[in-house]
Amino acid sequence: MSSRDEIFEKVRAALVDALGVDEEDVTPEATMVGDLGAESIDFLDIVFRLEKAFSIKIPRGELFPEDVLSSSEFVADGKVNAAGIAELKSRMPFADLSKFEANPSVQNFANTLTVEDMVRYVESKVAG
Amino acid sequence: MRWFWIDRFEEFVRGSRAVAIKNVSLAEEHMHDHFPGLPLMPNSLIVEGMAQTAGLLVADAIDFNRRVVLAKVAAATFHFDAVPGDTLRFDASVLDLKPAGSLTKVTSMIGDQLQGEAELFFAHLEPGEGVPTLFSPDELLTWLDHLRLFDVGKDQEGKPLLRRDW
Repeated sequence: MSSRDEIFEKVRAALVDALGVDEEDVTPEATMVGDLGAESIDFLDIVFRLEKAFSIKIPRGELFPEDVLSSSEFVADGKVNAAGIAELKSRMPFADLSKFEANPSVQNFANTLTVEDMVRYVESKVAG
Repeated sequence: MRWFWIDRFEEFVRGSRAVAIKNVSLAEEHMHDHFPGLPLMPNSLIVEGMAQTAGLLVADAIDFNRRVVLAKVAAATFHFDAVPGDTLRFDASVLDLKPAGSLTKVTSMIGDQLQGEAELFFAHLEPGEGVPTLFSPDELLTWLDHLRLFDVGKDQEGKPLLRRDW
């Protein structure tokens, strides 16, 4: 099993290649969208690179649950409701959603995911 | 007028590799202004030719049942300019292919010299995912005929590709 540092290094390499950012910009606290400039299509690219780097399978919607954010069941007036927050938490145990919970507008979600969340996600997949 | 940036396939192996050529001609209108006195094939259009080579390779591999859209030029490097009279030879390989997308690598050669290379990432979209119908089936088939896809194409066992029945 890979150590956490090894996982971070490989995630960093994937993000440098996929997003064209400098290695030093990819810190654990950096947000994927706000700091690193990831766009929706980049997430597909990142999924490809992580699958290859770690020999894992990442089902669609697991890393970035776009279906929850576009569902009328979980979103009202542009904000994720309590049921939606519960759904996100159960689907994304690797992500720290506390900041998002304080202001759960859908637009805000894009800025929630950090590099650290990605590392934790991969860690859970590699361990599993 | 259609947006054709390859002239024909020379090799095509389903799901793995395609080679297409593009003859650069001073008759192409964009050469008249790009640049006056110094006609150069824009590298952006070379990327388009690379994308058509790799995109059709991918579209065929998934049975043309999704819309294959160039989503991202993950990396592109050009070593020198293509000029009228040159023949570009695009060699595309599939690095990774999944239902939702694919990653390909394409080189552009002029003679035995590497003119350019790129990694192209395609999204495979379902109808309704924001992309209008790109071709009617008969238009697409006509284009594939022009490119001689069914003359040179082979499946992975080396058997000729059958012309599609659309």
